[in-house]
Amino acid sequence: MTRTPPFRLAQGGRLIDRAFQLPFRFDGRHLRGVAGDTLASALLANGQMLMGRSFKYHRPRGPIASGAEEPNALLSLGQGGRFEPNQRATTTPLVAGMVTRSQNCWPSLDNDLMAVNDWLSPLFPAGFYYKTFIHPRPFWKHLFEPVIRRSAGLGAAPTDADPDRYEQAYAFADLVVVGGGIAGLTAARDAAASGQRVIVLEQAPHWGGRTPTDHPGGQAAIDALLADLSGRANVTLRRNTMATGLYDHGYLIAREAIADHDPNAGLPRQRLWRIRAGHVVTATGALERPLSFACNDVPGVMLASAVRDFIIDYGVAPGQSILVVTNNDDAYRTALAARAAGLDVPAIIDARPLADGALPQAARAAGIRVLTGTGIAKVKGGKHVEAAALCDQSGDGRVLETIACDVIAMSGGWSPVVHLWSHCGGKLLWDDQAAMFRPDPDRPPLGADGKGNVTVTGAANGDLACAGGLEQPEGATMPVWVMPARAPYRLRAKMWLDFQNDVKVSDVELAAREGYASVEHTKRYTTLGMATDQGKVSNINGLAILSAALDQPIPQTGTTTFRPPYTPLTLATIAAEARGEAFQPLRKTPIHGWHETHGASFEPVGQWRRPYCYPQGAEDRHAAVNREILAVRGGVGTLDASTLGKILVKGPDAGRFLDMLYTNMMSTLPVGKCRYGLMCNENGFLMDDGVVARLSEDSWLCHTTTGGAERIHGHMEDWLQCEWWDWKVYTANLTEQFAQIAVAGPKARALLERLPGTIDLAALPFMHWAEGELAGIPACIFRISFSGELSYEIAVPAGRGLELWQILHREGRDLGITAYGTEAMHVMRAEKGFIMIGDETDGTIIPQDLGLDWAISKKKPDYIGKRAQQRPHMTDANRWKLVGIESLSNKVIPDGAHAVAPGRNANGQRNVQGRITSSYHSPTLGKPIAMALVRHGPSRMGEVLDFPMPSGDVMQGRICDPVFYDKEGSRLNG
Amino acid sequence: MLILTCPYCGVQAEETELHPGGEAHLKRVGPDGSDEDFEAYLFARKNPKGVHFERWRHAYGCGKWFLAARCTASLQVFGTYKAQNPYPPAEIVDAIRAHRPDWQPDWTVQHAQAESPAE
Repeated sequence: MTRTPPFRLAQGGRLIDRAFQLPFRFDGRHLRGVAGDTLASALLANGQMLMGRSFKYHRPRGPIASGAEEPNALLSLGQGGRFEPNQRATTTPLVAGMVTRSQNCWPSLDNDLMAVNDWLSPLFPAGFYYKTFIHPRPFWKHLFEPVIRRSAGLGAAPTDADPDRYEQAYAFADLVVVGGGIAGLTAARDAAASGQRVIVLEQAPHWGGRTPTDHPGGQAAIDALLADLSGRANVTLRRNTMATGLYDHGYLIAREAIADHDPNAGLPRQRLWRIRAGHVVTATGALERPLSFACNDVPGVMLASAVRDFIIDYGVAPGQSILVVTNNDDAYRTALAARAAGLDVPAIIDARPLADGALPQAARAAGIRVLTGTGIAKVKGGKHVEAAALCDQSGDGRVLETIACDVIAMSGGWSPVVHLWSHCGGKLLWDDQAAMFRPDPDRPPLGADGKGNVTVTGAANGDLACAGGLEQPEGATMPVWVMPARAPYRLRAKMWLDFQNDVKVSDVELAAREGYASVEHTKRYTTLGMATDQGKVSNINGLAILSAALDQPIPQTGTTTFRPPYTPLTLATIAAEARGEAFQPLRKTPIHGWHETHGASFEPVGQWRRPYCYPQGAEDRHAAVNREILAVRGGVGTLDASTLGKILVKGPDAGRFLDMLYTNMMSTLPVGKCRYGLMCNENGFLMDDGVVARLSEDSWLCHTTTGGAERIHGHMEDWLQCEWWDWKVYTANLTEQFAQIAVAGPKARALLERLPGTIDLAALPFMHWAEGELAGIPACIFRISFSGELSYEIAVPAGRGLELWQILHREGRDLGITAYGTEAMHVMRAEKGFIMIGDETDGTIIPQDLGLDWAISKKKPDYIGKRAQQRPHMTDANRWKLVGIESLSNKVIPDGAHAVAPGRNANGQRNVQGRITSSYHSPTLGKPIAMALVRHGPSRMGEVLDFPMPSGDVMQGRICDPVFYDKEGSRLNG
Repeated sequence: MLILTCPYCGVQAEETELHPGGEAHLKRVGPDGSDEDFEAYLFARKNPKGVHFERWRHAYGCGKWFLAARCTASLQVFGTYKAQNPYPPAEIVDAIRAHRPDWQPDWTVQHAQAESPAE
């Protein structure tokens, strides 16, 4: 039969307010709903049953559910940055001005060219990808995958940044009740009365679950519970809040919709609750199952509960003539609700041989025709239901009668929502009587104390008649997994299990025949339950079919794993405020502001931002780096070295401790002197380096790399607390207490001597330090050099770092003082052949590889990493060792380029004998320089290596000494 | 997300406050150790389904390393104790035994007493 208006009933609709008309758009058409509508109820009220296309065959799809389990009615919402694909129309509240679009169809929802896949469906069986796209091999990468990727996916991904605000919040409770139906509210009331702190979470915008819809007097019962709870200070009630997952030790994540789809509200759009619960009660209700009959996917075939939800809750008639098909008593409520709303109910098709409970009797008394022992052989209709052909349920589908209708309300029984229970290890048992998996009370999720920390109540526990005395007694459900029982292949190939992914009864049976005995394998092979509803609608029916095909009981097949989130969660909610500049803390040195006002181009170093260089005028970064290097080498420059780690190690055993920590001897370092040290891990690999200064008899200052300060401090604490806990040593990370400025260049001393101070720089030898005053600021001056120039690193209290920096730049103006950045520092250290942690090291490099044997004590009986460095692999003469590389052209060989060796390895790849670890243009030398690790490198000076490039060209470099500049070190003295 | 009580500051710390450090009670093997012993020290780790002893640092709290006894399967926590214990102390062993009567320690008690640190 054809569908005729009116689709909005003249009366009824407990959740809507007809006084407020809300305009919205669907596929460009201007439509109207009313306040309280969901997108699905508003579309149905406009006669729009067709809301999408299935994923694989592009079959027409209408809503089958009224809630979170909806697999079909997925729409794209919003525009620009607020565009969101795959939103369930059944749970999206209608907002005035909403712009919505259908998905997975072209050129239009009504005429989708890809529906050709449906006619070709015999060519796309389960496991189609695996079977078809294997050969010939190269076709996968160049043909199959690109084509499949283009046609894959339902909605399009948004392209613009999300302009909405999201936030996270924490909460703590003795008890969290998930589900605001009658079972949840009753549990909350009982706990609240005993004084516990209770939070109740309800995913819908309204309280009560199914009770107000299904039971006369239901709303009054819910209202009474709410009145009790809302008067209690120890109870928090949250609607619009979906518990997405339950994790270890009572950690519950929930998503609260605050101003969804309403950007003008001025509120965060969503809030992610991170709740720590002493105990959790899941009162999550149950989901109705479809029945598997041929063409059960035609738009207009809906779950019986959804049909009566639309009638009772939203005053919407999904159709004018509603045929009910069921294996239980509950669906009779739909027939009665439809009849009460003035809609036609041509018959109730009941698969059970007998139906004489209170509800069937009420239906018969209302004059509704009830056909028992009957099933649907096939649904007629394309884009909407036109009729149903009936058959004997126990037979093979021979048609007895055809009944015209425009909606079929089906019920295959109910499945408790066991997701949260299962997320954290709760086990299920199969209830044969009720044909459902429900939580096993003897195997709950466990808390930190080893006791169960979740209990389950109401329909979620399989107690479907839990409406607190409101319910009528119901007859038993009869499991019906296939309708009719002896349906031939022709019908089974049209029985949909997973409506979104187009998985049918015949697909699961094929998987079983092909040897997929595990439900998890079958899921992935057929994609059953892999749609956006994650099997909420299809799971139980699918594994019943699999069990039958494998000829084993359902509990032996088991379920697939339930994983969070319960319904999809937008990534923005998970990220919340942690995006953009607030993604992670930004660390700034005391001199950061000066860098900003002087045009610094920053680079991230750990959480710090350090000036990479300071481009002036029209200079690019490369030109700026070159200018800065030449300024330092020819005059004087300043580097903000405040980010370097500074860890104070103090105590009677501090020297002994540092001897274990560093590869060389630190306990013998005289007070007033500095020593370069290497730190390895127990694997022997170099993890950090830096200059150590002995401050006093019992204290040392350890400089670390910028990125290493916290890690090295933690490393020290680990050894001190866990291994050498009886040694008397304290450590303090002073990194942020001091600003540190490197003043480098042949004119460095001349500059510093212009400042009043108490430190005699002429009397301060290389690798010594002194404490005193400089320009009226308390200062420690370390005469150390990473540039190879005469260099002083001056540490002052952090609050006076900027002051000293500005004094230096004022006093040094006529000397051409130049601020230099990290890249100039990198190039200068490479010119000097100094290694850089993270460039020359990658976690597999030992100091011996880098020619740093001089910094490894031969005398010490032990240090961290010593034993590891004695392993045969570490002493192997074939290890790659550090050398310099001179490019034979004037081009810089790219960092990371590999030097090839003759022959090929077992995989047919070119053999390699080394790789570039650092590579720069040296403005000092006017040519490219590089450092590399090369097999037997130090004994191969002068040899030329080939570095093939991705372009096919080969660059060549000659092995040389890694010290390119000032080999004698004479410049250290200015 | 686990909750462990720091035995130093007494805070019931959530996992995000803590930094995991792998298996507890490893005995360091130094330069005199054999290849086999050193390999075991570096790489051989227990991976039990059941009672396990782990190192945790109260990284975003008091900064102390401590040790925890818990069940890797049920996530039950039997107790936490200071990192200076060379072996789990008696009250931890008792707490484990109370819930896992069949569980056997893989060290000897005499040994443990001999090396117990002074508090």
